[in-house]
Amino acid sequence: MSIDYNQKIPNNVNLSENKTLQRALEHWQPEFINWWKDMGPDDSQNFDVYLRTAVSVDPGGWAHFDYVKMPDYRWGIFLNPAEAERKVNFGAHKGEAAWQEVPGEYRSNLRRLIVTQGDTEPASVEQQRHLGLTCPSLYDMRNLFQVNVEEGRHLWAMVYLLHAYFGRDGREEAEALLERRSGDADNPRILGAFNESTPDWLSFFMFTYFTDRDGKYQLCSLAESGFDPLARTCKFMLTEEAHHMFVGESGVGRVIQRTCEVMNQLKTDDVAKIRAQGVIDLPTIQRYLNFHFSVTMDLFGADVSSNAATFYNTGLKGRYEETKQDDDHQLSDASYPVLEVGDGKLLTVQAPYLNALNERLRDDYVRDAVAGIERWNKVIQKAGIPFILSAPHKAFNRKIGPLSAAKISPAGKVLSEAEWTHHHLQWLPSIEDRAFVSSLMGRVAEPGKYANWIAPPARGINNQPIDFEYVRFN
Amino acid sequence: MTTATTTRATILRQHLIDPEICIRCNTCEETCPVDAISHDSRNYVVNVDKCKFCYNCISPCPTGAIDNWRHVQAETAYPLAEQLLWDTLPQQVALEDSAPAAAGSSSAVLPDEVERIAAASTSGQGGVAPPPWSAAHPYINLYSIQKPAVANVSGNFRLTAEDASSDIRHIVLDFGNASFPVLEGQTIGILPPGLDAAGRPHHVRLYSVASPRDGERPRYNNLSLTVKRVTADHEGAPVRGVASNFLCDLKKGDKVNVVGPYGTSFLMPNHPGSNLLMICTGTGSAPMRAMTERRRRKSIPSEDGKLMLFFGARTPGELPYFGPLTRLPKEFVDINLAFSRVPEQPRQYVQDLIRARGDDVAHLLRDENTYLYLCGLKGMETGVDGAFSDICGRHGLDWKSLRTELLQQGRYHVETY
Repeated sequence: MSIDYNQKIPNNVNLSENKTLQRALEHWQPEFINWWKDMGPDDSQNFDVYLRTAVSVDPGGWAHFDYVKMPDYRWGIFLNPAEAERKVNFGAHKGEAAWQEVPGEYRSNLRRLIVTQGDTEPASVEQQRHLGLTCPSLYDMRNLFQVNVEEGRHLWAMVYLLHAYFGRDGREEAEALLERRSGDADNPRILGAFNESTPDWLSFFMFTYFTDRDGKYQLCSLAESGFDPLARTCKFMLTEEAHHMFVGESGVGRVIQRTCEVMNQLKTDDVAKIRAQGVIDLPTIQRYLNFHFSVTMDLFGADVSSNAATFYNTGLKGRYEETKQDDDHQLSDASYPVLEVGDGKLLTVQAPYLNALNERLRDDYVRDAVAGIERWNKVIQKAGIPFILSAPHKAFNRKIGPLSAAKISPAGKVLSEAEWTHHHLQWLPSIEDRAFVSSLMGRVAEPGKYANWIAPPARGINNQPIDFEYVRFN
Repeated sequence: MTTATTTRATILRQHLIDPEICIRCNTCEETCPVDAISHDSRNYVVNVDKCKFCYNCISPCPTGAIDNWRHVQAETAYPLAEQLLWDTLPQQVALEDSAPAAAGSSSAVLPDEVERIAAASTSGQGGVAPPPWSAAHPYINLYSIQKPAVANVSGNFRLTAEDASSDIRHIVLDFGNASFPVLEGQTIGILPPGLDAAGRPHHVRLYSVASPRDGERPRYNNLSLTVKRVTADHEGAPVRGVASNFLCDLKKGDKVNVVGPYGTSFLMPNHPGSNLLMICTGTGSAPMRAMTERRRRKSIPSEDGKLMLFFGARTPGELPYFGPLTRLPKEFVDINLAFSRVPEQPRQYVQDLIRARGDDVAHLLRDENTYLYLCGLKGMETGVDGAFSDICGRHGLDWKSLRTELLQQGRYHVETY
């Protein structure tokens, strides 16, 4: 499955044999590059960045490192190798051969799934476009740009599917993906979290930890799809997505580590004294965590959803690790617990499993996200500081679904409007918190130097030293 | 040597994941072809009984957490249940025989980088094959990176023509009073002096021994290497190979730090009537020269089997040992030279010659005393495999099953880079 880099659009899908598709994508390509130049990383198009590019999709070939100027990055179309005789593994079509073409009756649902996934990719690039100007080190700047170019590639992955399988509608959707803008009042991105701004690096690390992890779970469920080209596309995207979560988990971990060092030097947990040393106090980190966790909870959609049932039943979107689940993979008679507010408290009620699939994916996600928070706690514990970070309740600060009508504390207590108003600034970052974090942001761009508010990483990228020149300015 | 043998049988190099660095992205589990990797809500872990050291999981790991190894006694390898509870990776426990090997004592624990190179070079055959049943017992790892042997350069000769584009050299190292026993097909490690750009010592580089077991010059304590001066990488971009340039520039009397020897698989059979079918390109000829030389020196024509060699280079001027080779008697070794860049001649590769000699090759393949050796650039593997497949097809053999059989019987050995 080597990738043909001699083509204008690198690919491993024999694009040159389908002239119509090739022409359509070659027509979209300059529009993409224009979008990248307009909305991609600010003021950095001429930098040489030590980036990873896939040269083939097998394990040996997809992590090739070299200096690249971002607009010259070889965005292309890479699918995991086809699995012989793959089947639809769930829903009403379970046991049938996986589809190589879009089944007519599911066309619009499938397009909707692909467009929704595709829309998040350029959105996050837009959200992060100014961060290069305030990077805490060359190492972090490089990681940011790696995330950005790979989100760009993920857009390509979805656009390929739209062009290849959805004709004129697909081409129009592909253009619209370049027209919507994150945070734009008139033409916003589809999902709420992707219209929030990513104003500082703590937000960026939280975003890549929490929100990109939602991406992982969505991609995992789409990688189970009965529509084989979608499954193969998502499988390869997952390999790239891993880096994004690494940036988040290690980034937040390094912020915590640095804060703990300063707390131990000063022998204090006084927020004002800690802030005066130019590092981010742990309570502020907890508030950022609460915010990003809750915003990401909404990305999984309504707790009870007929769309989720339809996507599953029609074989379009499975569960996380569908084939590893020990049940009938049709779920028509099964139930699953969801939350409801009643009697002034949160109640667990049983909903038909098919309708509760969003909740199921959210629960899978929460288990994974919490495990990483435990790693951060180990850093604090190691420093001997009595402070524990925790994930808020999954019903906290929701804006989507029935729970959005209620006010719920991070501990899962239902609150009155007045209680919420009184307390919410203890739980979510205030304007002052954000202003303080912003005040620490300033570009550190000398090899081996790291901003005061963050510890250097334990090891460099691709076994390079941490003082490696990850970005060269020209 | 009973102790060393027992140790060799029971020390494992266990693949582990560092729980402090791992971000549980699942890429390794997804990549592993043998399902050796699994996880719970806390850790990702590797099943020591399943891991085949294919290294497929290494490069996709975004953190480097996957790249951890511990030498353990087989019976006390870390079980999954224990790995799942770890917060940090355990330190390497000192094993009885794994302390830096003192000169003269043997240890079964190879340096990580040596294991890595060995795994990559044999990946074409699906991992290390057993040695031929009649191979002599090899000594391995007598000298460690911490305690290398020091060799004296007793000769350095250019093998390629002065106008050839590649500079390939025949370098003779003398070990003086130090014991450095090698067998044909084994490799030794060279430690280039100095530090790399990051201030770390250079990695060890492995070279196949080009001389037979009794030395380049019999009864002297020496061996020879075939070294090509590296001036470009695989893609042709200019790069100065650290070790090869160091070696090629050596003068008589210079000192070299040597580790090893390594290799327990790519060894020659010693029983009467065993045939060698050797295929190589460029400096991949080193082990073939060693084996051919071994047979030539102890030649008892009635006892020995056939030697057939396919050897590829760009031009005759770039073929190491071209002169001496062409002077060997035809009845001793059946030599087939393929040249891919001779002006005004069609490009010819080793697989073309193998096909052209299909009848004789098939005859050898049918003989259960035939041993195959392939050494050279990775690119040759596919072509050679295709040629064998064609020949087998034409002669009523099934290459796929034959290849498996050859591998299981230690009769097919690949070393490519």
